[in-house]
Amino acid sequence: MPEPDAGVIARRAEIAAALREIVPGEGVISEEDARRPYESDGLTAYRTLPLLVVLPSTTEQVARVLRFCRDHKIKVVPRGAGTSLSGGALPLADGIVLGMAKFNRVLEVDFANRCVVAQPGVTNLGVTLAVQHAGFYYAPDPSSQIACTIGGNVAENSGGVHCLKYGLTTNNVLGVELVTIDGEIIRLGGKHLDSEGYDLLGVMVGSEGLLGVVTEVTVRILPKPTTARAVLIGFPSNESAGNCVAAIIAAGIIPGGMEMMDKPAIHAAEDFVHVGYPLDVEALLIVELDGPKAEVDHLIGRVEAIARQHRAMSLKVSESEQERLAFWAGRKAAFPAVGRISPDYYCVDGTIPRKRLPEVLTGMARLAEKHRLRVANVFHAGDGNLHPLILYDANKEGELERAEALGADILRLCVEVGGVLTGEHGVGVEKRDLMDTMFNPVDLDHQMRLKCAFDPEGLLNPGKVFPQLHRCAELGRVHVHGGKLAFPDIPRF
Amino acid sequence: MPRFRPKDARELAKLVSWAAGDGEGLEVIAGGTKRGLGRPVEAPHQLDITAFAGIEAYEPEELILTAKPATPLAEIETMLGRAEQMLTFEPGDWGPLLGEAAGRQSLGGMLACNLAGPRRIKQGAARDHLLGFHAVSGRGEEFKAGGRVVKNVTGYDLSKLMAGSYGTLAVLTEVTVKVLPRPEATGTLVLWGLDEQRAVAAMTQALNSPHEVSGAAHLPSASVAAVLPGAGRAATLIRLEGPRPSVEARAAALRQELRDFGTAEQLLDEAGARPWRALADVSPFVAEPERVVWRISVAPQSGPTVAAAITGALDARIFFDWGGGLLWCAVPGAEAEGGSTIVRAAAKAAGGHATLVRASAELRGRIPVFEPQPPALEALSRRIKESFDPRRILNPGRMYRDL
Repeated sequence: MPEPDAGVIARRAEIAAALREIVPGEGVISEEDARRPYESDGLTAYRTLPLLVVLPSTTEQVARVLRFCRDHKIKVVPRGAGTSLSGGALPLADGIVLGMAKFNRVLEVDFANRCVVAQPGVTNLGVTLAVQHAGFYYAPDPSSQIACTIGGNVAENSGGVHCLKYGLTTNNVLGVELVTIDGEIIRLGGKHLDSEGYDLLGVMVGSEGLLGVVTEVTVRILPKPTTARAVLIGFPSNESAGNCVAAIIAAGIIPGGMEMMDKPAIHAAEDFVHVGYPLDVEALLIVELDGPKAEVDHLIGRVEAIARQHRAMSLKVSESEQERLAFWAGRKAAFPAVGRISPDYYCVDGTIPRKRLPEVLTGMARLAEKHRLRVANVFHAGDGNLHPLILYDANKEGELERAEALGADILRLCVEVGGVLTGEHGVGVEKRDLMDTMFNPVDLDHQMRLKCAFDPEGLLNPGKVFPQLHRCAELGRVHVHGGKLAFPDIPRF
Repeated sequence: MPRFRPKDARELAKLVSWAAGDGEGLEVIAGGTKRGLGRPVEAPHQLDITAFAGIEAYEPEELILTAKPATPLAEIETMLGRAEQMLTFEPGDWGPLLGEAAGRQSLGGMLACNLAGPRRIKQGAARDHLLGFHAVSGRGEEFKAGGRVVKNVTGYDLSKLMAGSYGTLAVLTEVTVKVLPRPEATGTLVLWGLDEQRAVAAMTQALNSPHEVSGAAHLPSASVAAVLPGAGRAATLIRLEGPRPSVEARAAALRQELRDFGTAEQLLDEAGARPWRALADVSPFVAEPERVVWRISVAPQSGPTVAAAITGALDARIFFDWGGGLLWCAVPGAEAEGGSTIVRAAAKAAGGHATLVRASAELRGRIPVFEPQPPALEALSRRIKESFDPRRILNPGRMYRDL
């Protein structure tokens, strides 16, 4: 992380007083005890006590706070609910945390235009709750959806188990209002589709709080599918499960959800929730079809046939809503289930080309052995997004470090086979130092210059995403040499 | 006009680097079918990227295709069709609309203009399917972003920025797109004789139902024949796609639910699919090339109001896609400024935006083609342009004057 500026820290009281002029009363938190809850996010291994916590409640306050921070060169870490698994909201000792929790209202439900306008602090589930009485829902459903906020979803481009069919956050956001570090309020998109000019809405989504602070979000909502049914399929090997997934997609079927678990994950989940998962299989697949009843009933039959062709050892089709939920109960409880068999676990998030799954799982087992740790795997099988859960005990000397080293090795393996470092959790601080396994310095410079266009002083969430911070003036330099060259080797017409 | 045709990314980078050094503008061309779209480029050189052609990898089970940008889109669609897949955002062929031949547009050109057809409302636009790319920026540097997998949030989503940037930030040299299965069956319901208000009401009811509507368009009588040959009355079209038993069941249910709007006619399979290709290609406005064509994006419920504001002042023809949210508008060529003042005011009043899609080069050079932006957004867009292309040499002026 960037070296904290002792001068800024020394001015804490003075800065707090100035910010209280903008956000009065309890909107500025300076006491150490009250700052403590903000010291980390979902990536709890990393902790830093922020300089101050500021909780604005209007866009105008956000604009004035950001302008103040720019004028006084104070760093800003935006925060939603703090559920990031990559340390996206990790505070800085010399920076304020800008908490958006007070922006918690659904501003407009517009069924006729199939959209909801919400403040960023509304939870992901809160959007669905506001519209479900009319048979609608908001599609992206990260597993933290009870707690995580729509603003945080925009920052991280969150996914969930349904995103193969319904898209990530970026495919479901129609517009945002954002405030730049200069305090400028900018609106991108709205209730209409596609942007005018450069697609800055697309750039904002997934920018991990480095480009601006979102103060309003417009999302599209969908009519809820009338039917959902799931198939629970056990396989003798990860390879046959992987082949079955490929065959389902090749048959033209895009399931609403397609989740895979390996043997350690199956056992941990079954021991925890007792839903009747088969324990004699190496891999378990949950395939959920949703949509109109006629379609679901038709496709269930086809999935069943494909699974039988791919050496399925056991196969159950949900015959009731209760049974469908039971199939999911184990998968949804996979994280806490693993938490029961290990004092701590570390959730990794990489994506691979799905066909490389068997070798990645083999490689992962080899790496786990090397680091003397155990791994359980849950996997968004449809889109190749792996979530290895590394089991460790933070109280044992060196285990956290070994878990992190194993996580890094697993992500390197993902990149090696043609995949990427993160499918849905973001880079944050967690994967920052691995960025150079995917991108060379020129690639990263092009990304960082985009940051400079928004935030030339690098005050918004510094230390996240990019391994090395360059000054914008240095990045902006044009490294070309004038003077006419002949280009004898380029054909001209 | 001098025309360069680099044969690989290294040569391209060298050329752009030279152009950046000397501040020499380059007009980037592959198929060239969309040169009439956007402002006329103010550049002394043409950069022909036709050497960057060919499909490099197609993996139907992984739902990805990697190709070079000058690959003809037709070639890609043929290859996808063999595996029963498609580009689900249904990009149209605007060649004939813009006075060019049909079937010649390139993959890169389509992506750079962020095309999307009627399925946009359900499946997104080109922007939603560009997974990653390699390019040479206006700095003359080769770089890449995104990846070759369908789910990826590593780094900024520069793919979104490239889609719809009209070649003004970087020259694409390789792209990876997400592909999806082609539906087994298509059914289109046609409601006859509705006015705009009733048509949007019918489309809204259909889109808000759980029947997974993948297209909803309304053609007033003046525009209908190019989409439904022989038809003379206004037609409202609603599309259902999927496995055959599903399409049949949903069509029957939806017909029943929409009975207040009249008895819907059913078009199945090819007859049900053909009208949507005509809509994506903007076929109703191909025949009268002298008319200026606008593309207006607004909230669906605002469609009829925007249309009324325009037709109240201009002799315009308008048809609707995207459930009422997309208006295609053809204005007589003799109208001052192509009706810009009225069209822009109507779009703006509805919170949307208007793009001048077809007009003479003279008009496209004189009035804004893309929706003018508020000062803070305009300044930000300018800084982004300069971060990729500091000397403003790539397609200068294509999107905005002096940019």
